[in-house]
Amino acid sequence: MASISTTPAAQPRLKIWQRLSFEETVFGWLFILPAVLGLILFQLGPVLVSMGLSFTEYDIINRPTWNGLENYTRLFQDDLWIKSIQVTLKYVVIYVPAALIFAYLVALLMSGRIRGISAWRTMWYLPSIVPSVAAAAVWRWGLHPEFGPINFPLKVLGLPAPRWLADPDWIVPSIVFISLWSLGNSVLIFLASITGVPRSFYEAAEVDGAGIWRQFTTITLPLTSSIIFFQLIITVINSFQVFTSAFILFGSNAAGSVAGPGNAALFYMLYMYRNAFGYFRNGYASAMAWLLFLTVAILTFILFKTQNRWVYYEAGDDNE
Amino acid sequence: MNVIRYAILVGGGILMLTPFFWLVSSSFKTPATIYVFPPQWIPDPFRWQNYVEVFDAVPVLRASWNTVYITLFASIGVILSSAMAAYGFARLRFRGRDLTFSLLLSTVMLPYVVTMIPIFIMFSRLGWVDSFKPLIVPHWFGGPITIFMLRQFFRTIPLELEAAARIDGASRPRIFAQVIIPLARPALVVTSILALVFNWNGFLEPLIYLRKTKLYTLALLVNSLREFESGLDWTHYMMVVSTIMVVPVLILYFLAQRAFIEGIVLTGLKG
Repeated sequence: MASISTTPAAQPRLKIWQRLSFEETVFGWLFILPAVLGLILFQLGPVLVSMGLSFTEYDIINRPTWNGLENYTRLFQDDLWIKSIQVTLKYVVIYVPAALIFAYLVALLMSGRIRGISAWRTMWYLPSIVPSVAAAAVWRWGLHPEFGPINFPLKVLGLPAPRWLADPDWIVPSIVFISLWSLGNSVLIFLASITGVPRSFYEAAEVDGAGIWRQFTTITLPLTSSIIFFQLIITVINSFQVFTSAFILFGSNAAGSVAGPGNAALFYMLYMYRNAFGYFRNGYASAMAWLLFLTVAILTFILFKTQNRWVYYEAGDDNE
Repeated sequence: MNVIRYAILVGGGILMLTPFFWLVSSSFKTPATIYVFPPQWIPDPFRWQNYVEVFDAVPVLRASWNTVYITLFASIGVILSSAMAAYGFARLRFRGRDLTFSLLLSTVMLPYVVTMIPIFIMFSRLGWVDSFKPLIVPHWFGGPITIFMLRQFFRTIPLELEAAARIDGASRPRIFAQVIIPLARPALVVTSILALVFNWNGFLEPLIYLRKTKLYTLALLVNSLREFESGLDWTHYMMVVSTIMVVPVLILYFLAQRAFIEGIVLTGLKG
């Protein structure tokens, strides 16, 4: 694949007569010390603090006061919270399959014997380097019902042209659309994994008379399934946390503001951000954060459970 | 078959690039010619003055400097601290190493949402809100993906080189600085590019921590130019600042295309 190989050289194996040296232990811990501190200070610590905060009321200025499960019970009566879950779930359900299938198909198109690969790669990848703030600004035009380039051909062909960002039912699909635009990373990752499948496999299959479709389902798909799986996990985790595009298009710091017509763009993160940094309800926002975290963790766990059924790992592959 | 394939690639590619061109072209328009149909690809009037006037309207220079400053120090921090950790994980043997490493790697799957508020509280207690520290300091404590990528690379460096230096009496820090780091240049370039782009484009964290206009990054400036923030139609200036933000990344991409792509691909290989 790339010039950076990820195959490990012979690892220093512990032999029986070799004991862990004191010098190596000291330096080992010294070298990883910053990372270990970071792990505690910015990952594990905050996760626990966040859980604790979710049982309190805390505006940062005054001391946190314990209020038990009140934040959680209030959440379940909060219409906006329920709305934000609906919006986010709608997004996840549309985006995750769309993103994976779209990126994989584009990668398939680019793989194999093809001329001008670096030009194609660049064309499809460039949108991904556009900062998400700018991307959202650009798509406000792109999805404009009258002036946008998306609706124009639809109207010419006499097809129904949605009002995109102006129509509550189409806001989530619009945000999906914007996210799909910057899908270049997944395309590159899939492309590398598809190109990494040894040619000899296909040659052998051709000798056996397998057609293109059979080659795809019995060689390409299984051999890239571990990458698909990893991308699936990452996409799921990220799609629950959509923020920037929704914030740029519909967000506002003003109290009581609405996120798009009928709050149709009230993504979970947007509502949480508003609670924490707009209303200073840090306990409430932490309860939101924890519920999201639990949801994502359970989903990830379920996905990991299913992987034996469809993810193929080569024998002897060192899975770290 | 192949014709269809090229057709989709060309057609789709052009579609992907259209908004990109519109962004740049709109930065030379007046507000009145931005939302028109058909779109003006070559603006008329062609207002190159936008790029001068924007400096009077909003503190572009200041925001550029702020963005450069944060990006640079955050990226240096993450590369240095991650390289150190990666060396420890790749080359030194000690109890608890593999457990710590898998714990560290599993945080890739930890949503930022759940750590965001406690970290904010910690930094606001330290009086760091409205300073660049919250955007720089955490990066000096390593990044799991960077550590993973560098560790993979360090493991491919022949052990003999290190052994030879040991025999010459070099200490571990010396081996790290004078043997490992110089040999790991390609991997360092790749991870540096990822870090630079990540920090350059960051939005949520600057939004949370930087409230004073003079501390704004370019991303925050774009945000502040939205009409419902400024009350004026500054869409053309928004496009100017967005273009200013995109161009350095674009240059980086064309200068180091190989390393750029390699980096992205490596982040996708196993977790």
